[in-house]
Amino acid sequence: MGKEKITGAMAVRRALEAEGVEVVFGMPGGTILPIYDAMFGCERPRQVLVRHEQVGGHAAEGFALATGRVGVCFGTSGPGATNLVTAIADAYMDSVPLVAITGNVATSLIGSDAFQEADITGITMPITKHNWLVTDVHDLPRILKEAFYVARTGRPGPVLVDIPKDVQNAEFEFEYPETVSIPGYHPPVREEPRLKDAAALIRSASRPVLYLGGGVRSAGAHQEVREFAELLDAPVITTLHGKGAFPETHPLCLGMFGMHGSKYANFTVQGSDLIVALGARFDDRVTGKLSTFAPEAKVIHLDVDPAEISKLVTATVPLVGDLRRLLPQLTAEVRRVFAEQGRPDLAPWKRRVAEWQAKHPMRYEQAGQKYLLPQYVVETLWRKTGGKAVVTTGVGEHQMFAAQWWKTTEPRQFITSGGLGTMGFCLPSAIGIQLGRPGELVIGIDGDGSFQMTLQDLATARDLDLPIKIFVLNNLFLGMVRQWQELFYENRFAQTPLPDRPDLVKLADAYGCLGLRARTTEELDRVIDQALAHRDGPVIVDVRVRRQEKVFPMVPAGAPLNDMIDGE
Amino acid sequence: MERTEEKPAGSTHTISLLVENKPGVLHRIAGLFSRRGYNIASLTVGPTERADYSRMTIVVRLSTKTVEQVVRQVQKLVPVVEVRELVPQDLIERELMLAKIRTPERNHAELRALAETYEATIVDVSPDALVVEASGPAGKLDALEERLRPFGIQELCRSGRIALERGFKTLAPPSIK
Ligand SMILES: Cc1cc2nc3c(=O)[nH]c(=O)nc-3n(C[C@H](O)[C@H](O)[C@H](O)COP(=O)(O)OP(=O)(O)OC[C@H]3O[C@@H](n4cnc5c(N)ncnc54)[C@H](O)[C@@H]3O)c2cc1C
Ligand SMILES: Cc1ncc(C[n+]2csc(CCOP(=O)(O)OP(=O)(O)O)c2C)c(N)n1
Ligand SMILES: [Mg+2]
Repeated sequence: MGKEKITGAMAVRRALEAEGVEVVFGMPGGTILPIYDAMFGCERPRQVLVRHEQVGGHAAEGFALATGRVGVCFGTSGPGATNLVTAIADAYMDSVPLVAITGNVATSLIGSDAFQEADITGITMPITKHNWLVTDVHDLPRILKEAFYVARTGRPGPVLVDIPKDVQNAEFEFEYPETVSIPGYHPPVREEPRLKDAAALIRSASRPVLYLGGGVRSAGAHQEVREFAELLDAPVITTLHGKGAFPETHPLCLGMFGMHGSKYANFTVQGSDLIVALGARFDDRVTGKLSTFAPEAKVIHLDVDPAEISKLVTATVPLVGDLRRLLPQLTAEVRRVFAEQGRPDLAPWKRRVAEWQAKHPMRYEQAGQKYLLPQYVVETLWRKTGGKAVVTTGVGEHQMFAAQWWKTTEPRQFITSGGLGTMGFCLPSAIGIQLGRPGELVIGIDGDGSFQMTLQDLATARDLDLPIKIFVLNNLFLGMVRQWQELFYENRFAQTPLPDRPDLVKLADAYGCLGLRARTTEELDRVIDQALAHRDGPVIVDVRVRRQEKVFPMVPAGAPLNDMIDGE
Repeated sequence: MERTEEKPAGSTHTISLLVENKPGVLHRIAGLFSRRGYNIASLTVGPTERADYSRMTIVVRLSTKTVEQVVRQVQKLVPVVEVRELVPQDLIERELMLAKIRTPERNHAELRALAETYEATIVDVSPDALVVEASGPAGKLDALEERLRPFGIQELCRSGRIALERGFKTLAPPSIK
């Protein structure tokens, strides 16, 4: 690209164009006006006006998680920037590639408590992979290039670039760099991967289990994972973010484990003698009490982030690197060892796992119930769509029902806020997902509490005519908290009942969206058909579910993983 | 299987960092230590042989976390070019101390003799106060401090540890040499 004399604001536009950014979510304000002005009339990236910057951030996350490309959002200085904080923290916890660009007061005013000044680089330091305050327009092209690079490479994550207004207005000779050189980024991995040790462990294990996490999604390695899993012919369990890393309909797949995983999946980890963890980080929601986690298991841990290795559970054999690059090498090594020494006999182990599956199936019983059960709603949705949809959720019981009953078969098909657990994620994320994957069916499974945190952006979804379908599993409760109150606080429902308002059907109508309601199985059938057939903009379905249905099984926080309560 | 949950009681480690000399770097590093619960016993930062890099020496006290974990978390910070634990046997460590002693003039001779045994110097003299400057490993300064105490320490200031490895090894990775 040749040199041209432009403003810093126009340089932002050029950089976004050069990065192939398709859409930017945000809201303008005084200090980001020059950038908005430079973007005026720009078709690619297109601008999406959200009604709250947090929504812009989550929409960018939804876009990124659904497409594998970097999500981008804008915010003005002060409140615009601080409104982005929750979304940035969410992206940090869930390793989502996100570039947030904020305006700031002029460099001469920084530090003077100027109007709408906030130290957003200071505020977001602990929740970004890195951030930059641009004080000289000549640094801007390099910093933007680095920002995109850092966000998407290695372990993906959010970055923030804060650009003071005078820097946006300054003119300079623009040239977008072609390469990145950051001396402190991507330190060389010193050790050779111990593939032989890993293969030997796999050969000698008689009770192995594969533990798949969100890293499979980031790496785009589901194909490689499938080959590896079928070679090992061992049981597969996934985290919440591992859903889609391996088809949940595959005979080897036991689905999600952890706090709300199935009993058989949890028994399988606990009884294993080898855990092969691929792109997963031993979160406390999956390990339960650490000192009692998988007491007899050795651990092979493959992760691109060396700091995840032996952070919580000591790896017997660490493998540091990108899954997609490294896993095929391990597969080849295991294949060689199996060919030389024969395969381990996993039949007794698999029989035991099958017994657990038969003895402790996931179940619920809608028949004879007066009210709709949330599990039934999710399963019916799955059945009626053939499972061919991208699902996103809020946070709470409905999220766990979705995780348990929506059988994910493809990667990037189940998108949720796991690490931060951010209520209000569903609608924004659905917006981003639908923009990223326009031809596909996007379904939100939301809670009445979560929905109310970001519902104002129904306006945005309507503006864009997005055919998203949000099913609110309405229990008139902050249900997940009420569940804990039922189990651990003697039914003292402190501040968890939600009054029956707003009327979601009327609300949908007020936003120009289709609003539907279901209370019975027949009504559910009908409204799902109606919602799926509706193409003119968003649909909100108020599904009244049994108010005190709880998510089981459940491992109480801090308990061993095999100490599950199931409400029987 | 080992669980990193239970670790033996506290240990102290010297970590050396080469960082880009940019605004906010100290904030990033200090912030990481505080939010991950790594206790800083001392932290020094200063220029190096290259203008665009600074060197930090952090003495960290750990009770539950491993030093490998600290090093890996620090390494993830983008402006950190290199970081390593310096092991005690390969380590040259120094600290600087200034101590203001308020003591009558008749004690000055005795103080001078004491300073001499510790290779310390008297850098300021007024009728009833002296400033002693000493440098060396922390243990030596601790001992000197102990000996000075009876004379009446008015003010004391220590720099925190700086350290280099013995031999030809350096911290800078080949990419920036
Ligand atoms: C109400 C609630 C209940 C929950 N209950 C459960 C539960 O029962 N079970 C459950 O599993 N979760 C549950 N979660 C989610 C949980 O909190 C964590 O978010 C989740 O377990 C983390 O998933 P993960 O280990 O796959 O890691 P992620 O956060 O997805 O991290 C991905 C890992 O992959 C690595 N990685 C990234 N890219 C690559 C690459 N290219 N190559 C190699 N490695 C890579 C990263 O470094 C990281 O270590 C719950 C959340 C909520 C809100
Ligand atoms: C922003 C935010 N505030 C508070 C919480 C704590 N919290 C977790 S689940 C939950 C209740 C969610 O209620 P709802 O969305 O109706 O889902 P339900 O559990 O009823 O299905 C709350 C308050 C949270 N996760 N996020
Ligand atoms: Mg609810």
